[in-house]
Amino acid sequence: MKKKIDFFLAGVGGQGTILTSDILSEVGLNCGYDVKKAEVHGMAQRGGVVESHVRWGEKVYSPLIEEGEADFLLGFEMLEAARWPHFLKAGSIALVNRYRIMPPVVNLGQAKYPEETEIETILSETGARVVWVEGAVKAREVGNLALAGVVLLGALSRYLDEPEEVWINVIEEMVPPKFKELNVKAFFAGRKAG
Amino acid sequence: MKKIMTGNEAFAYGAYLAGVKIGAGYPGTPSSEILYNFARYPGVYAEWSVNEKVALDVCVGAAYAGRRAVMTTKQVGLNVAADSLFYVAYTGLKAGLVIINVDDPEMHSSQNEQDNRHYARFAKVPMVEPADSEEAKSFVKHAVEISEAFDTPVIIRSTTRLSHSRTVVNLEEEPVQETNPEPLTYERNPVKYVMLPANARKRHPVVEERLKKLAEFAEDTPLNHIEVGDDILGIITSGVVYQYAKEIFPTATFLKLGMVYPLPVKLIRELAERVKQVVVVEELDPFIEEHVRLLGIPVKGKDVFPLIGELSTGRVRKYAQEAGLIPKGELKKVVSVPSLPGRPPMLCPGCGHRGIFYALQRLRTVTFGDIGCYTLGSAPPLNALHTCGCMGSGLGVIHGVDKVGVKDRTVAVIGDSTFFHSGVAPLINILYNKGVSTVIVLDNRVTAMTGHQPHPGSGKTLMGEDAPLIKAEEVARGIGFKKVDVVNPYDFRNVVETIKEHLKCGEPSMIVARHPCVLYTRERHTPYAVNIDLCNECGNCLRIGCVPISKVEGGVTIDEELCAGCGFCATICNTKAIYQLNGNKE
Repeated sequence: MKKKIDFFLAGVGGQGTILTSDILSEVGLNCGYDVKKAEVHGMAQRGGVVESHVRWGEKVYSPLIEEGEADFLLGFEMLEAARWPHFLKAGSIALVNRYRIMPPVVNLGQAKYPEETEIETILSETGARVVWVEGAVKAREVGNLALAGVVLLGALSRYLDEPEEVWINVIEEMVPPKFKELNVKAFFAGRKAG
Repeated sequence: MKKIMTGNEAFAYGAYLAGVKIGAGYPGTPSSEILYNFARYPGVYAEWSVNEKVALDVCVGAAYAGRRAVMTTKQVGLNVAADSLFYVAYTGLKAGLVIINVDDPEMHSSQNEQDNRHYARFAKVPMVEPADSEEAKSFVKHAVEISEAFDTPVIIRSTTRLSHSRTVVNLEEEPVQETNPEPLTYERNPVKYVMLPANARKRHPVVEERLKKLAEFAEDTPLNHIEVGDDILGIITSGVVYQYAKEIFPTATFLKLGMVYPLPVKLIRELAERVKQVVVVEELDPFIEEHVRLLGIPVKGKDVFPLIGELSTGRVRKYAQEAGLIPKGELKKVVSVPSLPGRPPMLCPGCGHRGIFYALQRLRTVTFGDIGCYTLGSAPPLNALHTCGCMGSGLGVIHGVDKVGVKDRTVAVIGDSTFFHSGVAPLINILYNKGVSTVIVLDNRVTAMTGHQPHPGSGKTLMGEDAPLIKAEEVARGIGFKKVDVVNPYDFRNVVETIKEHLKCGEPSMIVARHPCVLYTRERHTPYAVNIDLCNECGNCLRIGCVPISKVEGGVTIDEELCAGCGFCATICNTKAIYQLNGNKE
């Protein structure tokens, strides 16, 4: 058991960031960690920025991760992943879904969506290792774009020691019954990706 | 058994465990989930009242009659309920009355950053402040006990960070439900409960005496305690800020306050004697710090930490380092926050409000706004809202503008839930005082912004029962408004003509723009697409601020996955370049 693991999740409202971070919290609890989670929502469903902090530890005080301390970044969307490099620790891992949702200013032609290479530079300058995840592609293959978050969890699980069955049990418990099977498939799609 | 709960879920659970039978409130981020969760426990009654004042009065009634009650509100909602808070502070009650108030440091979803700890001192009632979900659960029980022991309402103060964070809660044995509870009889005691001046004068000394007893209680209650550490720093703190301070000052001696009003003077002095320097770490105003200063104890507080905004571990560290309270430590590599395109919240694809705001933008009206989803009408490219203060304010503000002689294209917009909350009284005021303003009710049948809670126009209650459906247009006609129209906001030409007519009519008037919230009904139609050959790049469809529509070389394109298929963009396209796709994408 590690002393602490901090996960920063970033996405756009409606992408399932909150459910994904709830699953991640529950996995931590099931593995014996003290767990805290904080998120900014409220207007999130209206296409705004969603950030969620999940902290596992022997004893966790603050529900918020301190800047420069996150061990993992789960980026649900490329631009959103690039927004939070100041939270990443040197040697951390940034798992980024290769998926773009254009913000309104870009749609109106008033700003440019950053190139993939720019995003990689922004994140790797912190000393983080960037791992691209084909979350959207795999989620669509499994059956629904909304599963991308669980694909990301599968990818994350490869970097953690927690047993596979804990992940599966928690996912099965927390998603709506009729989507159980799809979510488990999505998890494995992420976990098995090389 | 352990469970991860948000602070708000834990408050609801705690209320249930504490034998609270009645809950009332009005939705408001970050407090809304408390009542929603409470309503789901067995043997309780909960309601969305029309506003916070009514909610508090409902709870007062329950507590007078002998049932434990909890009222929930966000910080600005307590302003609405303040009148009731002050009388019940004098009368006291028969069964426990607890107000769960959630402040919003950083204004994640509020119009101001007020520190509601001042209400405790102002109304002379005790206030407790939990620091995580486990305490959120157990402090409700403490609050009920204090309320009944001292015959006073008790305020529980939370903040956004506590209410919306998930932390571990120990599950407890659930209360046994009385199968046949004895019917209550109302106990008459007018000297205590009729706040005529003569009676109120008798109650005020009771209130002052009560505060003295509460101050003694604060010294001994387990809610406040000293955590002994080194003799250098003595940290006084409360709420979620305690968690940040524990990370930054791991070896210091702490006075953790669970009760923030009245404050425990002896405990504060005891802490000061133990350490070389007392430091108060608190968000927003120097509420605790000023009290410590009055005791003549040298203290660091707002000279170190900011008055404005939310704290965090990082911010506490930064200011503590700058003030020399902790060593500078190794300098971390500074990573600058990249400058990237923002992503402000927008009206949803398919939102009925869009049609009204686009019409108002084209008619160049001066628009007096209100609080709700439709406040997003102020965002570019709609830019169609010119004031927004608090719930219900727009209808009074437009009347004032009218009375100084500005008659040029002024309209007030208000949501349906907001209309019932605080729009009816100023609507009567417009008619009575011979105003000529036009009020547009943006009626989407639900309190959308805070998470789709039902209201008097929804036909449902919080308990899930059918209820009489109250319509804004019938309220207006009943009051005596002669010019009242109901429109479909997607029917653009009719909307424009109706607004023009109302602006010209020279009498007070109301337009109800009715379309159910698409995010709530999950209504989706076949998406639209663009025939780029017909597009003349006029830019109309880009001015409606609909996320799926974006600019491309030689025209625009519509993202099929995001499009809700409302067809409003096709309605306002001059060249008929936008068309509905064939197929059955539902």
